[in-house]
Amino acid sequence: MDKVGWVYSDKVLDHFMHPRNILEDEQAFQADGVGVTGNVKCGDQMIVAIKVDAERGVITDCKWKTFGCASAIASTSIMSEMVKGMRLEDAFRLSPRDINKELGGLPEHKIHCSVLGDKALRAAINDYYEKTGQAEKIQREEARVVCSCMNVTDHEIEEAVLEGARSLYEVQEKTKVATVCGECTEEVERLIEFYTNKHFCATEGRT
Amino acid sequence: METRRVYFDNNATTPLHPEVKRVMADAMETFGNPSSLHAYGREARALVEEARKKVAAFIGAEPEEIMFVGSGSEGNNTVLSIVTCQGRPCSIGSFGPRNLVTTKIEHPCILEASKCLAERGFGVTFVDVDSDGKVDLDRLEDAINDRTALVSVMMANNEIGTVQDIKTIARICHDKGALFHTDAVQAVGKVRLDVKELDVDFLTLSGHKIYAPKGIGAVYVRKGAPFCPFIRGGHQERGRRAGTENTIGIAALGKAVELRDLEMDAEGERLRAMKERLKEGIAAAIPDVHFVGHPTDCLAGTLNVSFEGAEGEAILLYLDLAGIAVSTGSACASGSLDPSHVILATGLSPECAHGSIRISMGRENTMEDVDYFLDVLPGVISRIRKMSSAYAGRK
Repeated sequence: MDKVGWVYSDKVLDHFMHPRNILEDEQAFQADGVGVTGNVKCGDQMIVAIKVDAERGVITDCKWKTFGCASAIASTSIMSEMVKGMRLEDAFRLSPRDINKELGGLPEHKIHCSVLGDKALRAAINDYYEKTGQAEKIQREEARVVCSCMNVTDHEIEEAVLEGARSLYEVQEKTKVATVCGECTEEVERLIEFYTNKHFCATEGRT
Repeated sequence: METRRVYFDNNATTPLHPEVKRVMADAMETFGNPSSLHAYGREARALVEEARKKVAAFIGAEPEEIMFVGSGSEGNNTVLSIVTCQGRPCSIGSFGPRNLVTTKIEHPCILEASKCLAERGFGVTFVDVDSDGKVDLDRLEDAINDRTALVSVMMANNEIGTVQDIKTIARICHDKGALFHTDAVQAVGKVRLDVKELDVDFLTLSGHKIYAPKGIGAVYVRKGAPFCPFIRGGHQERGRRAGTENTIGIAALGKAVELRDLEMDAEGERLRAMKERLKEGIAAAIPDVHFVGHPTDCLAGTLNVSFEGAEGEAILLYLDLAGIAVSTGSACASGSLDPSHVILATGLSPECAHGSIRISMGRENTMEDVDYFLDVLPGVISRIRKMSSAYAGRK
């Protein structure tokens, strides 16, 4: 690269240039579970397919495909490496923050693009449970209405945080949450803090 | 191995013309304040007025109709602000018409300034464009009424290059008694124009799109057109724009338009041929592509193309790694979550907008650049499509 370097870290560059585990032939892979998330209209979509060692409950292989940007490509590539050999329960708990840490950090406004991989992974794990008759293990990420006046869910607040909102005002600009009776204000503030900590490492690359 | 570098992002900004650089270096010696009465001031004043004459001559205006500003965005905001003006000398505000008509494909500086006007209670209409990005003239005409103070339509679009029929649009506006402004930042220096022939009331241009530096632009204000300053506090620019003149930038802009006059016609022909080769090369090598923009009424060096199933930021960054600079309409590259408003306005799907790139060529580009680009691009697209969850076609 030239003297100004690249817009992302070397590790992101490596995974962007040489993405691992791409699902090129879905038929041949014969996945045990497949998860799809995102929406092409919004500019990002992700398919994650896993193979599972049923006896040990361990992911043996993970492949993926995406309509996404460099961050989505790099973060899913590294995730597909991380989850190999991982127990299903642990893989299910894998967070964007874990992936981001492994990648050496993404610019804050790109975090939003990197959360698709683990979402699709959870969908793939649930798909595996469903196909293997273990429906009781399926964990759905159901949205809960936080603000009943404006019908805003915790997922929408999380999304707003991922899009860069950090204060109540900024989240309100995106979601209109707590703009009528205001009863949920405290809870919304708590959630903003929770999601900010969940997705963004306060100390990473900053002082 | 040294990677070849190709700059195909001339609509974003252009490199300085070597002769403009020389003029700037000279202008740095002339440090006086053009408002000072002494010799130092008079030297600087001469520099500014010389440049003003050149800019005026280049677009067919009188020197006193040219006002220097700090950027195209400032120029556009200045013109739009007159809609709100309530001052006596320009009382088109509170006691007269206070609506604005513009289009859906304007530069963000016009769109945001318009939205701000709407929030402050002024009526604002955003007129549609067709699939080539041409303003729908019937709808434009319908949108203008006796409440309309100002109509603003960009001459050439920065993303897709489509050039509007400004002369006809100006006539429609004037027939209905509205003032007309055109944002000609992408057009000036690429398309021959004459403000008197076009009959516009206001026109904005910018230096850094035509090989002058960033931080300098100009607004043409027709003699007799209502005006109210946006930046107050000084008598500079005939009281229209306060702030000590950017003498170096102004001198550079004067030189830049002089050079444009000499170079633009031949360059236009050259760029047109390069764009043809690009278009043919892309269409021949890559399936499922969409070219956006008017096939003929388009900037010679601008080509917007969208690749099904390939996300724009990924395309941009793979090209960047190969030394090629383009821009994209994808949301991911902009920091927002919405793809290009211009491409959406042409009716192309959001997924195509996310997969669009803009190639904008300029005076330093050669046919070799085009060939290098055509060598690299098919591999990039096929690589992205191989890992794409949204591409069903041939890879």
